[in-house]
Amino acid sequence: MRATSAIFKREFQSYFSTSMGYVILVVFLALSGFLTIKGRFFELRQADLRVFFDSLPLLFLFFVPAAAMRLWAEEHKSGTIEFLFSLPVTVRQAVIGKFLAAWLFLGVALALTAPVVIAVLYLGHPDTSAIVTGYLGAFLMGGAYLAMSTLCSALTRSQIVSFVLSIAVISLFVYADSPAFLAWLRGRLPAFLMEAVANMSVVGHFESMQRGVLEFRDLTYYGVLIAGLVSMTCIIVDHRRESC
Amino acid sequence: MINVKNLRKTFGEIVAVDNVSFEAGKGDIVGFIGPNGAGKTTTLRMLSCFIAPDSGSATVGDFDIRTQPVEVQRCLGYVPEKSPFYGEMTPRWFLKFVCDVRGINGNRYKPEIERVATISSLQGVMDRRIETLSKGFQRRLGLAQSLLGDPPVLILDEPMAGLDPNQKQEIIELIRLMAADKCFIISTHVMEELETICNRGILINRGRIVADSTPADFKEKGQGRIDTFFRQATSEA
Repeated sequence: MRATSAIFKREFQSYFSTSMGYVILVVFLALSGFLTIKGRFFELRQADLRVFFDSLPLLFLFFVPAAAMRLWAEEHKSGTIEFLFSLPVTVRQAVIGKFLAAWLFLGVALALTAPVVIAVLYLGHPDTSAIVTGYLGAFLMGGAYLAMSTLCSALTRSQIVSFVLSIAVISLFVYADSPAFLAWLRGRLPAFLMEAVANMSVVGHFESMQRGVLEFRDLTYYGVLIAGLVSMTCIIVDHRRESC
Repeated sequence: MINVKNLRKTFGEIVAVDNVSFEAGKGDIVGFIGPNGAGKTTTLRMLSCFIAPDSGSATVGDFDIRTQPVEVQRCLGYVPEKSPFYGEMTPRWFLKFVCDVRGINGNRYKPEIERVATISSLQGVMDRRIETLSKGFQRRLGLAQSLLGDPPVLILDEPMAGLDPNQKQEIIELIRLMAADKCFIISTHVMEELETICNRGILINRGRIVADSTPADFKEKGQGRIDTFFRQATSEA
């Protein structure tokens, strides 16, 4: 616990010790504002955050890999991994500490989108429970993206490779339930497998939460996905330090 | 304090460390010498529990490197070969991080950081970013972090590499100052360092120990020069 919290603190502070963290945040906020307004947020005259939440799966596709790409790739490239694991730290503590730090960074990014919530509260009478579950869903979906990106970062020593690979992997999970993809699968896979593939979509599970519906299966889905990916990252980090 | 038995490590077809055994105790300053690629760093990495051996065993401070890695790491300070540290951090922040990991907290960490910063002569650069520091300061920071919590065993991988003679002298004095109640393992391929710092030398070549004695003995066998002995021993093997 002690080591996990030390690594968590160091990693989180690192985001704000270089311009990188600020640049990622500013670009995220600017793009989310742009997409929300361009999505006819005001013209629709509806007091909800639908437009904003709808933009997140695409925005996170770039934002999360950018925030996570250095987590392990940089440790390998600079050789700090040798120092890190000479300290009384287990692989699991290090992986979880880093993951949680990046997740909190993502939480900060989401918290900074508060002006859009204030605007909706000021302009109308929105369903606040839908806003709360929507944000919770966004945070969980971001966590799932992040778990995939962390795993990709552990696979390489290049931040760029990690970034591109993460986008490719996350895309599979984002577009798993897209009509075009399912149409392509039809006839190639039995119906029950197609349904399973469609249910793998990280976005599908986020959509019901946007509407204010908090379902056990959605929470379980994100929980299992994140835990599974973090465990796989532990195995990869442990295996790869042998080749340093 | 350190007990190594038949340690072996392979990377694919390459046997990096083969059947290495030795013991070291309090007051020992063991120089680990050998040509590049002899297996020095691999052995030290196994002792610091960064990588696991294929076979054999070792204990550091009564803890087994295979089954109790975290306990081993608690009682040893390790300076990796290239002193790679997080460049965006300052020495103060970095040392605080190591204190946090090692559980030196509350009102204990500030005096502890001051202590290691003073003995490593880092006071003037404590709030500069590590990436802007000279190599000498970075090496000293490496040493400083290994001293946090005053561990009984210190493993230094090429601590003098890239330092000027003045900086080397400072590190030598630092090691001598602490030598009495600690066990040092220092890897190097510079014979002068072995002679000036260490009271024991272990010569390793192609993963195997080929000599384990005092620097004076090495010198005698090399007709007055450790270099000569080193060349003879490593070319015979």
